[in-house]
Amino acid sequence: MNFKVIHFIIAAVSLLFSANAFAAAPIKIGALFAVTGPAAFLGEPERNSAKMVIDEINKAGGVKGRKLELVVYDTAGDATKAVQLATKLIKDDKVVAIIGPSTTGETMAVIPVAEKEQIPLISCSAGSKITDPVKKWVFKTAQNDALAVGRIYEFLQKTKQTNVSILTVSDGFGASGREQLKNQAAKYGITIVSDDTYGPKDTDMTAQLTKIRGTHAQAIICWGTNPGPAVVAKNVRQLGIKTPLFMSHGVSSKKFIELAGEAAEGVRLPSGKVLVCDLLPNSESQKKSLMLFVKDYQKHYKAEGDHFGGHAWDAVMLLRNAIEQGADTPVAIRDQLEKTKNFCGIGGTFTYSPQDHAGLGKDAFVLVEIKNKDWVVVK
Amino acid sequence: MKKDLLLFTGFSTLVMLAPQLFSGGYLMNVLVFVGINTMLAIALNLLLGYAGQISLGHAGFFGLGAYLSGILTTTYSLNPWVAMPTAAIVVGFLAGIIGFPILKLKGHYLAMATLGLGIIIFIVFNETVELTGGPSGLSGIPNLKLAGISFDSDVKNYYLIWGFTLAVMLFSLNLSNSRIGRALRAVHDSEVAAQVLGVNARLLKVQIFALSAVISSLAGSLYAHTMTFVSPASFGFNFSIELLTMVVIGGLGSIYGSFLGAALLTLLPEFLRGANDYDIIIYGGLLMVMVMYMPGGLVRGIPALFRKIVVKGKAGNA
Repeated sequence: MNFKVIHFIIAAVSLLFSANAFAAAPIKIGALFAVTGPAAFLGEPERNSAKMVIDEINKAGGVKGRKLELVVYDTAGDATKAVQLATKLIKDDKVVAIIGPSTTGETMAVIPVAEKEQIPLISCSAGSKITDPVKKWVFKTAQNDALAVGRIYEFLQKTKQTNVSILTVSDGFGASGREQLKNQAAKYGITIVSDDTYGPKDTDMTAQLTKIRGTHAQAIICWGTNPGPAVVAKNVRQLGIKTPLFMSHGVSSKKFIELAGEAAEGVRLPSGKVLVCDLLPNSESQKKSLMLFVKDYQKHYKAEGDHFGGHAWDAVMLLRNAIEQGADTPVAIRDQLEKTKNFCGIGGTFTYSPQDHAGLGKDAFVLVEIKNKDWVVVK
Repeated sequence: MKKDLLLFTGFSTLVMLAPQLFSGGYLMNVLVFVGINTMLAIALNLLLGYAGQISLGHAGFFGLGAYLSGILTTTYSLNPWVAMPTAAIVVGFLAGIIGFPILKLKGHYLAMATLGLGIIIFIVFNETVELTGGPSGLSGIPNLKLAGISFDSDVKNYYLIWGFTLAVMLFSLNLSNSRIGRALRAVHDSEVAAQVLGVNARLLKVQIFALSAVISSLAGSLYAHTMTFVSPASFGFNFSIELLTMVVIGGLGSIYGSFLGAALLTLLPEFLRGANDYDIIIYGGLLMVMVMYMPGGLVRGIPALFRKIVVKGKAGNA
């Protein structure tokens, strides 16, 4: 009985593949996203966005008459799987470029494969060390943590709140944020008066916050992704702490406001411009891309597009632009990508060069405040 | 005895010829992982299947081997061939020390203690950022080199890993047929009876625990040098459970069963990938069916199934 089912599946799958082989040769693009597992909040919008934009491109007739085909695999956030699947994309699916993976750890694991097999990799994760030092075949679309930290510190310096407490999550995102928070403090004249961490699955941070309450901090910076920061925001309320609370771009989606409820009011955080795109002036160069992305995402998935999905959108569009310039081999695509200038995407305005494969400037972030369950730009 | 040797020779020949059958491509990469997982499953099987002592923390020993090898070769630029045995010795020694108090426990309590051990090791990987690179991992680990050949491709790694795996298999087969193997099975059945017959059960349990950790560490080192990257997520609690599943699905107390379990659990997700989002459901369903209808594991279930079909076929013909 089971054998029959398996045979049926195998037959169906092989039929699917052979049908594809007979169609006019599309350009194959690979994608690795953590659609399941702890990083699913990144992988799911990324996969959705990538699929959506590829659909839209194909509906409009493809690129230079050729359709794009997206091969997506789920890495479940596991570096071992990411490496295996990258090999599969390159060897079996013969893709010309790979988008993803979603997390810094997976990306670092996949980089040696991409470099050795000479396939362009456009990572959707934020860690600074992905493109620092520059690797020939590796690009990224997510904003560096360094930029987000810079945005917060700039504001604190301006408002003379120079004693800060930091509270970071003990995962890749938090570790990278903590490193940047500590490294850049001196540059902005900031003193870190306490440095604490919490676990990704912790449900109560009152212990750390009680300690922070005892310091003379003028601002608390929490670095993490949902749901931890929502708990921090609630705990801050419960303990009656009046110190202003700052979050990272890791929670810049409506989900955070939903989770934290009332406690989210007054929280400030750096965010990609996608959250506040309708508030931006028309002169803003990114506005066209942002409005298009948000509209398409709403149409396809009945949900609000966030900047995580934006990373994948940017990656696909960067590839599309390169292919439009006539590049259809991995080598040509890589060379074209490096020549990208002033591409207005979701994450910011990208300009790649042989010395810079991250491509974004400080203007990629705006500082927003949560007011009446919505975002307001802090001037 | 002769039959065993014949079986092993046949198996090794098959393993060595496999690259010719599945030339190149992604499958080679998966088969490398089948080799690593086979080693790990054998390590756990020696402990669980033979000595009857459960461990839910074996991913920790696997990770320790990988990280020690990684750190020694990157931060301290040691030769990988020196780093590998160093890691194995350190892990074995550590397991020996921890084994003495832990293996006094029985049943659920032993499971909990080893579970805790695995989680502690995982937390150490995550939190000691200066040493391990923290959650975003440790990169730039060198490939192994031997007589001018660098093991940097899937096919080369296949021979390297399977060379080690076959050695571990041969060693474990011999061990299970020796006096020690019989003593282990005696401890499994009844510790008191074994002690009455003059087996130092406590020492034996610690020794097999340490041996199991050493094999896991070796697999970890090989993993680190083939992947050239390690991150804590690969050595979490989930992987300990996956190893346990390999051993149980393959067949407790059988070395070839460990291979079957490791091969099935590594290859199955690859074959199911075509089913898109439903793969996890099919995967879980298949595992349930196998445990229900093959309680002795694949190594006993497949021949039984085969006999059933043959007998039925004969009955049908008559």
